[in-house]
Amino acid sequence: MNREPILQVDNLTKLYAAGKGCEEVSFDLYPGEVLGIVGESGSGKSTLLSCLSARLAPDQGDIHYLTRAAEWVNLYGLSESRQRQLQRTEWGIVHQHPRDGLRMGVSAGANIGERLMATGQRHYGNLRDTAQSWMSDVELDIARIDDKPTTYSGGMQQRLQIARNLVTHPRLVFMDEPTGGLDVSVQARLLDLLRQLVTEMNLAVVIVTHDLAVARLLAQRLIVMRHGRVVETGLTDQVLDDPQHAYTQLLVSSVLTS
Amino acid sequence: MNPQTIREGYNFAYLDEQTKRMIRRALLKAVAIPGYQVPFGGREMPMPYGWGTGGMQVTAAVIGQTDCLKVIDQGADDTTNAVSIRAFFRDLTGVKTTERTEEATLIQTRHRIPEKPLQAGQVLVYQVPIPEPLRFIEPSEVETRKMHALEDYGVMHIKLYEDIAQFGHIATAYAYPVLVNGRYVMDPSPIPKFDNPKMDNSPALQLFGAGREKRIYAIPPYTDVKSLDFEDHPFEVQKWEQCCAICGSAESFLDEVIMDDQGTHEFICSDTDYCRERMENLEVTV
Repeated sequence: MNREPILQVDNLTKLYAAGKGCEEVSFDLYPGEVLGIVGESGSGKSTLLSCLSARLAPDQGDIHYLTRAAEWVNLYGLSESRQRQLQRTEWGIVHQHPRDGLRMGVSAGANIGERLMATGQRHYGNLRDTAQSWMSDVELDIARIDDKPTTYSGGMQQRLQIARNLVTHPRLVFMDEPTGGLDVSVQARLLDLLRQLVTEMNLAVVIVTHDLAVARLLAQRLIVMRHGRVVETGLTDQVLDDPQHAYTQLLVSSVLTS
Repeated sequence: MNPQTIREGYNFAYLDEQTKRMIRRALLKAVAIPGYQVPFGGREMPMPYGWGTGGMQVTAAVIGQTDCLKVIDQGADDTTNAVSIRAFFRDLTGVKTTERTEEATLIQTRHRIPEKPLQAGQVLVYQVPIPEPLRFIEPSEVETRKMHALEDYGVMHIKLYEDIAQFGHIATAYAYPVLVNGRYVMDPSPIPKFDNPKMDNSPALQLFGAGREKRIYAIPPYTDVKSLDFEDHPFEVQKWEQCCAICGSAESFLDEVIMDDQGTHEFICSDTDYCRERMENLEVTV
């Protein structure tokens, strides 16, 4: 494990009402680490993720991020343009619904190329090559590069969304239920792909999920949330095999086993 | 001013003085921030939106008694839109009107820039249907304003990318997006991209008015205006194999005209003043 964290979250609070939102969350995330956030619906997982990815200003607390230039920045002390710049160069955000993360009106190739164009690439041939190589990396048929995402299946859309995010080689990726809404076999392939990409690119990932199987497969460390608060943290295996908190025990015991 | 020449019961140039002042204030701001869209309190004009109400309000706000007005529609001085707007301002200001580009001090245009290079001191007023160049990809006004503020212009190239992916070249032929003064991406109104280079470092003042959307923007004289493109697909203007069937010009923007119901067609200059002047010169030399 790496010596210096990439993201430091200190006492983060964002409440919509008492008990609604997330409260007093603190953790460190290290480069190459996959952190799972699990918990029931309404436990504040997605709120936390929005705060972390500079899309929702917290009420209290600080988030510090170590940029590629090895400089610590206070996320909400940055200007909005700097936040966006981070979002499209150093980070990736994978939404649960591909529709939220993709531009549905333009072709797959343009979707993958958008971030590159936003960061100043102006060579069509290169953009095209990059888009093709990413499509094959995420196991999409490169013959469909000029098709719109609306013609893609749910699983393909999700893979396209991942390619679109990873094209700028981010260091930190936020994922909100990336496998939600996909059927089990497609889920398995997607998870396999994610795990491979995470290892290859040495990504730090914060992944929100309510699916403990996904968490076990991808995450090295887990945060269990309930009513907006962190009730348990630890290594994934440790949390899932030897849950300490009553809620975690309930969560683990309610997984269906076939 | 000669009061007899103005239709009775109307103020000079139709709008009341307070409104003209408000529009001029927006114009000053627009000139100060080249390419930036300034909201203004657009008034109803006695014609429908889409017929040039934005351009007319700008013209009404800047026109003075000593001005000489030219109005063109798709380059032509004699089409419905041009004729009626010219008549409107002649009725309500009494100013001199002309068809000659070099005589005019104020030119209101729909979808063309005159072929004859504009001079310092001339003002070109464009009629704009959709002022927002980002609108095709981002429907939210809040978001597009933020994108302009943060210079978040990556999406502009998506449209050009899609063109090349589909057609093999940048097929956008009009309303071709430009970067003004190295800062704001601007929609030059639906002029053909043939006219884009004429906007760059033009000695004339260029004002844009969008009536329905209630936006004004401007390019001050001698301002850099760069058409967006890709390194391996640089910006280029339309070319024709034909020459103008009337004056024989090989340099001007040509309109295709259907001659009969057998599909016979000819190409003629879209700028009627340019074409006529060339013809006059030809006749002189002959």
